[in-house]
Amino acid sequence: MSTSLLFSLCGIALFLLGLYVALTTSAMLRRILAINIMGNGVFMLFIASAYQRGEDGVLITDPVPHALVLTGIVVAVSATALALTLVCRLHELSSASHEGPE
Amino acid sequence: MSELTSGPALLAWLISLPLLGALTSIALKHGGRWPALAVVIANLGLACWLLASTQSAPLRYALGGWEAPLGIVLYADTLSAMMIGITAFVGAVVSWYSLDYFTRDSSSERTFWPLWCLLLTALNTLFLSGDAFNLYVGLEILSLSAVALVTLSSGLEAIQAALRYLLVSLMGSLCYLLGVALLYQAYATLDLALLAEVSGSGMLERAALALMVAGLLLKTALFPLHFWLPQAHAGAPAPVSALLSALVLKATFYLILRLWFDTLADAATQMGSLLLGLLGCIAILWGSLQALRAQRLKQLVAYSTVAQIGYLFALFPLLNDPRVAGAAFDSVIYFVIAHACAKGAMFLAAGNILTAAGHDRLADLRAANLPSAITLFALAIAGVSLIGLPPTGGFIAKWLLLQSALQVGAWWLAGVVLLGGLLAAAYIFRILAVCFDISPPPAAMQPSSQGAIVSAGRQWSALILALAALALGFLAAPVLDLFDANLVTD
Repeated sequence: MSTSLLFSLCGIALFLLGLYVALTTSAMLRRILAINIMGNGVFMLFIASAYQRGEDGVLITDPVPHALVLTGIVVAVSATALALTLVCRLHELSSASHEGPE
Repeated sequence: MSELTSGPALLAWLISLPLLGALTSIALKHGGRWPALAVVIANLGLACWLLASTQSAPLRYALGGWEAPLGIVLYADTLSAMMIGITAFVGAVVSWYSLDYFTRDSSSERTFWPLWCLLLTALNTLFLSGDAFNLYVGLEILSLSAVALVTLSSGLEAIQAALRYLLVSLMGSLCYLLGVALLYQAYATLDLALLAEVSGSGMLERAALALMVAGLLLKTALFPLHFWLPQAHAGAPAPVSALLSALVLKATFYLILRLWFDTLADAATQMGSLLLGLLGCIAILWGSLQALRAQRLKQLVAYSTVAQIGYLFALFPLLNDPRVAGAAFDSVIYFVIAHACAKGAMFLAAGNILTAAGHDRLADLRAANLPSAITLFALAIAGVSLIGLPPTGGFIAKWLLLQSALQVGAWWLAGVVLLGGLLAAAYIFRILAVCFDISPPPAAMQPSSQGAIVSAGRQWSALILALAALALGFLAAPVLDLFDANLVTD
């Protein structure tokens, strides 16, 4: 089994693990983390695609996937920030509405 | 400098101008609406220019002079130009409505304009980009700005709906990205045109197509993946609901269309098309039935969107059939633009009713506390287009669909479409019945429900969108000529 294939399979496994948790758990924080893990799985797949052996057995790395993953990380960070802000807001609102009528 | 004013550079302007508008709008503390409005109007002009210039040949622009496979290429044919055009038109009318909808200089008004410009940036990116990863970034900008727009109505339910919408969108985008990663492993390119040339019909392409389409279906809210839509669309402020229902769903649908029939056409199977068609049929019936049962006006309109998305997918088996593919493509594009106008009008009118009556519970609405006849007229015309009665855009779309379904003997499809029309009539008449209900409102409603007066701008903008849906019924030949000029379908 080549290194690249091993990393690809790990990436897909991470994606599936994240997907499973994101679909089954009801805790919001866990779901956000699970979605981040899904994202990391995809990033791993991209990184694995950069790892190739040339014809003479020399290691060649393709720089494009690295740039893609960097962009992907930026996107993931901002999406996570928005999700966390919404969870905080939700928490504030629901605790206010529990205390409100009493 | 000539590079920036040449024809194809128009594509870059369509993306960078709304982005500049968003940044300027954030930077200005007060009056952020003016740069945003300027951008919306300029975008409308650019969209008309794009429609005119794609008539002779598709436009292609390599950003920064970097050609594919390394650089990002923007690409526009008549299909993308139509989508850009309808986005610009509906967007402009909704902006006019929003001027009066939000209180001047309130915090929601100050956040609305930059977010709407960002949403426009993302929509234009999705329609123009020819790069699979660039599309992913576009999808994420689209969902982040759409979710932020939903949170403008700050109630608990709206935040809950927004959070669910965000998580669903993120999962959809990641499914799409996994498909892109698989394609990149196999072909080491992200350019859609190159992929269309080299990709075959192996297992890998099928897996990639399935993942990408599944992710996009989640965002397009095809039954049974529509569960997040009713709360998000009904909970958002009226202009935002109009933008989400009329435009945002269409952008992801457009991508599915591109991938399925263009980029990965060899990997798309008959079975897959049939499955999407069946789901579309179920969506038509389920969405309509839920709309019949809805308690609130905006919920009803949101469920009607679930049904109308069904029509778009019900056409997939016909699009794969060479005998009727041309007519079916015309039908799809007509459904998209007619629904964009009609649903936009409907949500704007629903917003007017919500403001005038103070609530939108269908059981408690009476003719006495509805806004003036202009809004109700808009509601009625938009409703007629959604039902698919002549002489509206919705009728032309359904007519083309029925014609091609009967031509290939897909009786079941024709049956579902007719039944869908009947159900749509039933739920539209539920709303119209309220307009003629002169009985006194329930006693409990009287004191608190004194609503506000709805400004003329808000009423006329709803009517203009509804009249556009009506005009589409008369202008079918010229509009379809614009679309058919040089479409590449294979």
